[in-house]
Amino acid sequence: VENVRLLDRLSSRKAALGTLYLTATHVIFVENGSETRKETWVLHSQISSIEKQATTATGCPLLIRCKNFQVIQLVIPQERDCHDVYISLIRLARPVKYEELYCFSFNPKLDKEEREQGWKLVDLNEEYSRMGIPNNYWQISDVNRDYGVCDSYPTEVYVPKSATAHIIVGSSKFRSRRRFPALSYYCKDNNASICRSSQPLSGFSARCLEDEQMLQAIRKANPGSDFIYVVDTRPKLNAMANRAAGKGYENEDNYSNIKFQFIGIENIHVMRNSLQKMLEVCELKSPSMSDFLWGLENSGWLKHIKAIMDAGIFIAKAVAEEGVSVLVHCSDGWDRTAQVCSVASLLLDPYYRTMKGFMVLIEKDWVSFGHKFNHRYGNLDGDPKEISPVIDQFIECVWQLMEQFPCAFEFNERFLIHIQHHIYSCQFGNFLCNSPKERRELKIQERTYSLWAHLWKNRADYLNPLYRSDHSQTQGTLHPQMAPCNFLYKFWSGMYNRFEKGLHPRQSVTDYLMAVKEETQQLEEELEVLGERLANLQKSQLNDNKFKSKPQDRSKQLGLSTSNNSLANTPQEYSNDLKSFPSRSPSQGDEEDSALILTQDNLKSSDPDLSANSDQESGVEDLSCRSPSGGGCLPSEDSGKDSDEAVFLAV
Amino acid sequence: MEFAELIKTPRADNVVLHRPFYLAVEGTLCLTGHHLIFSSRRQDNAEELWLLHSNIDSIEKRFVGSLGTIIIKCKDLRIIQLDIPGMEECLNIASSIEALSTLDSVTLMYPFFYRPMFEIVEDGWRCFLPDEEFELLSSATDEWRLSCINKEFSVCPSYPPVVIVPKSIDDEALRKVAMFRHGSRFPVLSYYHKKNGMVMMRSSQPLTGTNGRRCKEDEKLINATLRPGKRGYIIDTRSLNVAQQARAKGGGFEQEAHYPQWRRIHKCIERFNILQESLIKLVEACNDQSHNMDRWLSKLEASNWLTHVKEILTAACLAAQCIDREGASVLVHGTEGTDSTLQVTSLAQIILDPRCRTIRGFESLVVREWLQAGHPFQQRCAQSAYSNSKQKWEAPVFLLFLDCVWQILRQFPCSFEFNEQFLIMLFEHAYASQFGTFLGNNENERSKLKLPQKTMSLWSWVNRSEELSKFQNPLFEANSLVIWPSVAPQSLQLWEGVFLRWNRPSKFLDEAHEEMISIIKYNKELQAKVNALRRQLAQLETVDRMQENL
Repeated sequence: VENVRLLDRLSSRKAALGTLYLTATHVIFVENGSETRKETWVLHSQISSIEKQATTATGCPLLIRCKNFQVIQLVIPQERDCHDVYISLIRLARPVKYEELYCFSFNPKLDKEEREQGWKLVDLNEEYSRMGIPNNYWQISDVNRDYGVCDSYPTEVYVPKSATAHIIVGSSKFRSRRRFPALSYYCKDNNASICRSSQPLSGFSARCLEDEQMLQAIRKANPGSDFIYVVDTRPKLNAMANRAAGKGYENEDNYSNIKFQFIGIENIHVMRNSLQKMLEVCELKSPSMSDFLWGLENSGWLKHIKAIMDAGIFIAKAVAEEGVSVLVHCSDGWDRTAQVCSVASLLLDPYYRTMKGFMVLIEKDWVSFGHKFNHRYGNLDGDPKEISPVIDQFIECVWQLMEQFPCAFEFNERFLIHIQHHIYSCQFGNFLCNSPKERRELKIQERTYSLWAHLWKNRADYLNPLYRSDHSQTQGTLHPQMAPCNFLYKFWSGMYNRFEKGLHPRQSVTDYLMAVKEETQQLEEELEVLGERLANLQKSQLNDNKFKSKPQDRSKQLGLSTSNNSLANTPQEYSNDLKSFPSRSPSQGDEEDSALILTQDNLKSSDPDLSANSDQESGVEDLSCRSPSGGGCLPSEDSGKDSDEAVFLAV
Repeated sequence: MEFAELIKTPRADNVVLHRPFYLAVEGTLCLTGHHLIFSSRRQDNAEELWLLHSNIDSIEKRFVGSLGTIIIKCKDLRIIQLDIPGMEECLNIASSIEALSTLDSVTLMYPFFYRPMFEIVEDGWRCFLPDEEFELLSSATDEWRLSCINKEFSVCPSYPPVVIVPKSIDDEALRKVAMFRHGSRFPVLSYYHKKNGMVMMRSSQPLTGTNGRRCKEDEKLINATLRPGKRGYIIDTRSLNVAQQARAKGGGFEQEAHYPQWRRIHKCIERFNILQESLIKLVEACNDQSHNMDRWLSKLEASNWLTHVKEILTAACLAAQCIDREGASVLVHGTEGTDSTLQVTSLAQIILDPRCRTIRGFESLVVREWLQAGHPFQQRCAQSAYSNSKQKWEAPVFLLFLDCVWQILRQFPCSFEFNEQFLIMLFEHAYASQFGTFLGNNENERSKLKLPQKTMSLWSWVNRSEELSKFQNPLFEANSLVIWPSVAPQSLQLWEGVFLRWNRPSKFLDEAHEEMISIIKYNKELQAKVNALRRQLAQLETVDRMQENL
């Protein structure tokens, strides 16, 4: 469709004229005229809603909201075209079969071996042996081979050694969807562990001997402690309501040596509405401070984030400080339980705060334990009531921790944002389906690529420059401030307003420090080379003095070797590098230069595949992602001017 | 008056000091004329706390049996608690502190008694004089002159003796204009934008009154700053409503009819008690110990502090935009022209002028646009957020300005030579200090108090390399551009370094800062080494080549 206008959300006066293309996988908007031909690419799987608004004199407006919080406003001149686009997008954004998803057509031009290698990057068996199991207390159980006991669990499950197959099967029959207690994290220093399950089918009075034995076995696997905590992450009221349906929670009288605890994290429906409310606040046109803060409060979002964090902190404390094992569950044990277990693991074990460890953590607590990615993130057309930002909340918890512990994480904010993007993008197979069983049936690993390999390949972009493996913050358990530090939880504009670049700090400390570190590395290398050359030179001059008979020969040789060196080390380019040192600070030098430098920086630092695009196109695409913010993306003198103009002048 | 009269109990032993995030410490408490000194006598970890009496905002006492407790709330927002055994000692100490922290005579303040323990390299009282500023200006334009019209503070009591005015306006005309402006604050030059020759002026409101008085000289003065055919903007920091109401009291605003080349824009910035109440509410919210997230956000919202930050920044951005983008000259005023006017003119300069983002440049800005421009520091900073006494003229105007600077600094972390600590230091010294810089309400009072002769300047202390190193931003890369901050609510944050400074553990953030410094330091060291080696190599190679040629 031609002559489509892409509106700038912040300033209605600015709009880009261009052509809209629909492909099998993307919506593409290409700007007319401008030398760069800015492009905006949106994956169909990212589209969360499409809204056709009332036709105006200028055309028919179409509002596309994306799951990665991008909002695109188009005006299409012809009503009929608009309707066609609308109808097509509705169909394209809601695929009914997995085979329609982008990952089955996405081809990063890797051969079969590379793809297989990619899938092997994260290996959970390796992870459990890193934790130190199997050992005297824990063993691997094959009771769930062929998903015979629980179809949303992995085939290999770690359970206490004293839990026999009989006990496991018996316990599974007493748990929702047969999700019996299984190991999530084991602390080899004190034998305390985190186990997870679903709620017991206790109703008002039912009990199950095997289930009681199962919990007993978990306690025995930690000989240092004479009880375990059972943490129900739901509000007490919800858990009690479940009893009427024959479900519920553990009765302390029936289970020996447990301490039962409610935490009070709300359910997926509350969370979905909360996010919805917060996004409405983010979308407000020039809100006042009060509008914003009031809306943020009213959404309850930060309250929910804090509840999840508090649960994680409670468990981490129990394990690290009291040395007590914990069994965590909610209703089905695949949403809140996954959030809480992974937050606790992250606090407890520095490994999960590394890039590789974080991938392992998501693979362990989310992918392998049957978090329903397809339902929660609406990859296939389904029940809208199943959709909820469960893993988004976990990712935000990590960000909140990064803000409090700036040196503790090996990765940076960009890493989190790209993971969030790909959970919805369906460009990689990792998060497809609702369970490991479905993924195996679909032969995901043979037909798609792994996100982890892709992120790992570009890991230089995701490094936190402040991270040092020997820094005190990277050792041991993290102890975040408990209440009353409400003020520690902040709105994450980097995520929820991430396409409005005008709102963000115009100079990134992270990028600056990354550039400094990169330069430092080059300097180190050069220093070594220079040192060698110097030594050679001095030696040869010494030799020259000694063997005056062959001076020419010597120096010739030397001249050759130095020139070789200089080629290898490209000092010329390096001194340029020194001159262009300021390129780290985007607003350096005169206007044109800084804009130019920044563009290159962006190209380099952005994830080429962020918007599901092949590498060559990515640069342009990445730029265009920013264009909705009014071209105010370049932190040059122009930055923010256009968008802010409207704001300032609103008298 | 002897301070000793006020100190009934100069010393108490076995006092226990409580602070958030620190273990309680036992030690000895001493009172002197200007300080409260607490010192733990422990061998392993001796600790001393020195608190200026003038830093104490309010004090509360409580008794449980014979154990007295004093809670001291400071102007820098810290709260400490002292447990003092003995009811009489406790009462004595509390009443002494109360008396010593509320002395009314300026000349009894600590700056008049403070003797510096450091060598003075550069006398801060002699820095940032108007002549220097004018010299800089003269290199760019000759359309302005220094006027000594206010030599004995005879024309305008709140202006400095020397001001910069358009060359074409003589002192006689200035005198007439002064009669037409509130408090005689006639329009003077605040900033000259070298890039396009546009200027920013500031003044107080015109005294038009209800019958629309006009003053030909005033019109001539401000028109003299316009280029032929160009228009200018008058930014009134009051809402139109407030400006109209001001007419009833003899004030008012410039009528379009009499100033046809000027467009007036009203940008409402709150004043006085509204700001002070906002600060009190904000600090209360920050000290709230409740566990409830909703309550925190609603209290933060209700304090309106960030709303004020947003309003001020927006007005400053608008002024900067008029100058840099519209190529127009700007006149800024509110009512008196000593508060919101200065917030706007100084912030606009930070946006426009890279010099103001350096340490020296920022100091010069504070001196020019706040101290010399007659912001009544003594009145505004007499009390802070914990004061129980009825407010008179207190308002956190300067703190709001520093907060806005911090917001810009946060958005452009590489464009400022100074760091957050520098801004916090200025906040502290504006409210309580051993230096005379922020005493008095204007240059007139300062000269009467003979501050330059009798007290030490803050700048004499800050501008020594030992101190400066604490305030330098390791990320700084001189940035010659105009920097446009975002004023969207998502972009503005609570200034934790001031408001949560005493309520949050800062260990991890401090560590991050140290890490950052060491990364950059290491990089600089390597650069130096590489450069040295390169030079050495080059020398050797020339020697080599010479030998070869031989």
